[in-house]
Amino acid sequence: MMDYVNAFWVGGLICVIGQLLMSLTNMTPARILVTFVTAGCVLTALGLYKPIVEYAGAGATVPLTGFGYSLANGVIEQVAEKGAIGIFTGGVMATAGGIAAAVVFGFLVSVIFNPKVKK
Amino acid sequence: MNIKKKQEIGNYNEYVKETMPKSHTFSSCIKAFLVGGLICTIGQGVSDIGKNLLKLDEKGTAAFTCIVLIFFGALLTGLGIYDVIGKFAGAGSIVPITGFANSMVSPALEYKREGYVLGVGAKLFTIAGPVLVYGISTSVLVGLIYFILNALGVIQL
Amino acid sequence: MGKRVGTYTVQFDRPVLIRGRGSAVGQEEGKGPLGGYFDQIAQDAMWGQDSFEKAEKRFFMEAAKKAVESAGLGLKDIHYLLGGDLLNQIISASYSARDLDIPFLGLYGACSSMAESLCIGSMLIDGGFAQNILCATSSHFATAERQFRYPLELGTPKPPTGQDTVTGAGATVISAEQGDLEVKSVTVGRVVDFGIKDANNMGAAMAPAAVQTILSNLEDLNADPGYYDAIITGDLGIFGSDILLDLAGKNNVDLSGVHKDCGKMIFEGMDKNCGASGCGCGASVLNAYFFKKMLDGDLQRILFVATGALLSPTSVQQGESIPSIAHAVHIERRAGK
Repeated sequence: MMDYVNAFWVGGLICVIGQLLMSLTNMTPARILVTFVTAGCVLTALGLYKPIVEYAGAGATVPLTGFGYSLANGVIEQVAEKGAIGIFTGGVMATAGGIAAAVVFGFLVSVIFNPKVKK
Repeated sequence: MNIKKKQEIGNYNEYVKETMPKSHTFSSCIKAFLVGGLICTIGQGVSDIGKNLLKLDEKGTAAFTCIVLIFFGALLTGLGIYDVIGKFAGAGSIVPITGFANSMVSPALEYKREGYVLGVGAKLFTIAGPVLVYGISTSVLVGLIYFILNALGVIQL
Repeated sequence: MGKRVGTYTVQFDRPVLIRGRGSAVGQEEGKGPLGGYFDQIAQDAMWGQDSFEKAEKRFFMEAAKKAVESAGLGLKDIHYLLGGDLLNQIISASYSARDLDIPFLGLYGACSSMAESLCIGSMLIDGGFAQNILCATSSHFATAERQFRYPLELGTPKPPTGQDTVTGAGATVISAEQGDLEVKSVTVGRVVDFGIKDANNMGAAMAPAAVQTILSNLEDLNADPGYYDAIITGDLGIFGSDILLDLAGKNNVDLSGVHKDCGKMIFEGMDKNCGASGCGCGASVLNAYFFKKMLDGDLQRILFVATGALLSPTSVQQGESIPSIAHAVHIERRAGK
């Protein structure tokens, strides 16, 4: 149960950081997403993000910073195992499932549905 | 009559900033917190299903969670529900991975009339493209730094 | 140069009459307080077409045909079609012109296009170059959102200064021959740029242009604001209207008694942030509501000031400020009518 409480408040708090950036600096959604992935990557490299993931689980992996975490984590592991080639293979390998899902589901949904004007 | 003389251009931007209707930062943060937190809690549930029911390992669970959430983000976008959530939640539904799916599907849907290659195919990446470019580039940079530090013996991988 | 009055205004010495009017709007606009005035209300945003662009063209066509019909004319009696819209290369107007088969002069003044068309059309009539001219403009929420903002389904909140583009079109037939309303003078505006860069704050970008044109018109005609029963701006919205009154006040002109804004009126009482915008906003409200009020005798003399933000998606992305323009059209009810 505590897992869920922690996921909720940590995940919520990460979103609040995004909201503050949007409200106070007029950042566009695209910039928010790019900033969060990059920040997740850098924080992981500095060893600061893993403790948050261990504490909050999905609260830290579901926000886009978690995507950055997977990228950085994957690359570090592959560099350790495979050496230099891991620099290039590690990140995408670790996130391959998400990227493929996003492309395929994105494509299918776009083919099936049409945009609507909301009432 | 020339009104520029009456009010200098520099002042005008400040004047507009002061008088324009403001978004309520506090209440939008509360909304972002609640919706963002809820999406992460659902993510936790999905992840527990992967771990306990499907007996996936740590990496498998992470990938499973990611794929399921992306599926629902894309589906809700197609059904025209995600942008309604987004109008309420702001960053609360942009920051989670479901928002990433929304940012791929919404331009693709919008430009479908321009065909399946340059319409859907290309526009899937209008927002997702930059995310991948900066994400992957940063990860390569991280890998490079770790590799060099490891080779120099500064850190032990 | 007998027709020129003051520095910027042109006064007509031959009758330039408003002979026909037409409007067509979307469902949302139809639900607003002015819903009962519009000639046609579409059942949805697509209006039986397979793309939003084609739907916008249908709004243009319906308004144009209605205006010609209400003028008691046929399409072949119209000497020129003047008009435009917000889309790249003004495709709604051009494709409509293809189907209407009227000599066409495409105009782009962003949301000021209706006033721009009326200005040029009135000059052509007064000059004796045409007997009947059709002026029309359109806009569509979905096509404008796509071009200037975000995809419809992207889950992003609208900022409080945001305005919703009106889905709709308005058209006017001006004539040398008959009509109960008369265009007396026009003031062509100059481009004003006060350095606003936020494309979600159009009202603030356009208000200075509106003030400048209104003040020029009043000065040229040596009139005070009370000369007009109403000074009607196209789509400044709620915040833009506040700035207009404030800026005019700083120039020692009090517009608060006579100012109306189509963008405020069309969605009044609905949850739409700062109101409406778009070529179709001023065009449809002018033709459907204000001309009706004038024909009924509720208003004798109005100044229609449509404002336009002359930005492009490219200029916004490159961080340029938003230049704006406003044109004023002074319309009176003919005596004895």
